[in-house]
Amino acid sequence: MSITGLFLISFLIVHLLGNLQLLDLSVEGQEKFNVYAKFMTTFPLIKIVSYVLYFSILFHAIDGIALARQNRAARPERYKSWKPNTNSIWASRNMGLLGVIILAFIIMHMSQFWYTMHWGPIGTDAQGNKDLASVVITTYQDGTAGMIFVLLYVISMAAIAFHLWHGFASAFQTFGLNHKRYTPFIKKLGYGFSVVVPLLYAIIPVYILMAKN
Amino acid sequence: MDLKLKIWRQANQNSKGELKDYNIKNVSADSSFLEMMDQLNEELIEKGEDPVVFDHDCREGICGMCSLHINGEPHGPENATTTCQLHMRKFKDGDTIFIEPWRARAFPVVKDLSVDRGAFDRIIQSGGYVSVNTSGNTLDANALPVPKADADEAFNAATCIGCGACVAACPNASAMLFVSAKVSQLSLLPQGKVEAKDRVLNMVNQMDLEGFGNCSNVGACAEECPKEISLENIARMNREYLGASLASSK
Repeated sequence: MSITGLFLISFLIVHLLGNLQLLDLSVEGQEKFNVYAKFMTTFPLIKIVSYVLYFSILFHAIDGIALARQNRAARPERYKSWKPNTNSIWASRNMGLLGVIILAFIIMHMSQFWYTMHWGPIGTDAQGNKDLASVVITTYQDGTAGMIFVLLYVISMAAIAFHLWHGFASAFQTFGLNHKRYTPFIKKLGYGFSVVVPLLYAIIPVYILMAKN
Repeated sequence: MDLKLKIWRQANQNSKGELKDYNIKNVSADSSFLEMMDQLNEELIEKGEDPVVFDHDCREGICGMCSLHINGEPHGPENATTTCQLHMRKFKDGDTIFIEPWRARAFPVVKDLSVDRGAFDRIIQSGGYVSVNTSGNTLDANALPVPKADADEAFNAATCIGCGACVAACPNASAMLFVSAKVSQLSLLPQGKVEAKDRVLNMVNQMDLEGFGNCSNVGACAEECPKEISLENIARMNREYLGASLASSK
């Protein structure tokens, strides 16, 4: 869980830096984004990394489900009185639930953009590149459906935030990296990351929706 | 004080248990939790009813025999305290108290509130020891230099009394805090380094065989531990396990 988790964390940074380009909604900005999208889907090194990424997502999900099943089986009879909030935070105990929400989001997100980018239907921009920017903008500006997609996006980012709130530092503990000198820093870094990164992601569709009028 | 108790009653390992209500009157605020249980059992015996079975031994907080999941927490509401050292002044007159056994597949209920913690013994047998020379030429302990910091860390880990509160508190019923404390107390010292690789592999393997859950770094174990065993031990065990898996001759 920790190896794939840390890899997925690194993916979040790269993906965010690319997608922040969508905050420039001018024609030139959209064309720039389409050039970037073309590069990301055709450059061989990125292609290899993308297969590692698909594998990591699947492994992280399947391994997570397998562990959750084992953990459930380890306590067949539940407590009648159970006060877990006195000894742990909610997110740490609900990584599976948060993971399912995130996985559902990834499926929706990839079918909306990744699938369309590869197999269409998708138009081309003035430079002749596949016009992914328009697909994104249309998705989030398309009336009620657009608003629902923005809402689902924001909820999913909240799920990722809670997932990372526990997951970031937890990955280091699993590797055995726990030390009085640097663990407090890792924890703070994790909390900061889990707030800032999902927030920046969430700003993108909200900004696109608000730019409609 | 007068209290309402909801106590888990279960005839044996195979029967289905249930919470039963008991009212107890005139409990002294100065009595310990187990003395309150004794008082209840006296009353039950006088009435000709079956007394409640619960584990206890030293009643000094050092043996690890007492357990009890009290009001949703192992060893009750007070931090760093075993059930035997918990006093009734921590409760109020008229309180309802839930009393349940440790719940884990690896800790089957023997009767009522008593569970079989033999899984811990088998984990210790699998590697929680050091092989020493018993030929009569045993080295004086002080002849081996041990850095003070290591000695302190090993001692802190060794304060684990093996009560199982970590398993009881963990949402996954994982035994990682117990096993990591036992691995740490030995591997930190020169005498324990010799068998360190095999020890961590064997003890983790036995832990998995016993049917404990997996550690997801929730941290409830360390919060509820009556001896305040630190999560650093789990990280140390993870480190050693990783190293031993890669470098073991087995």
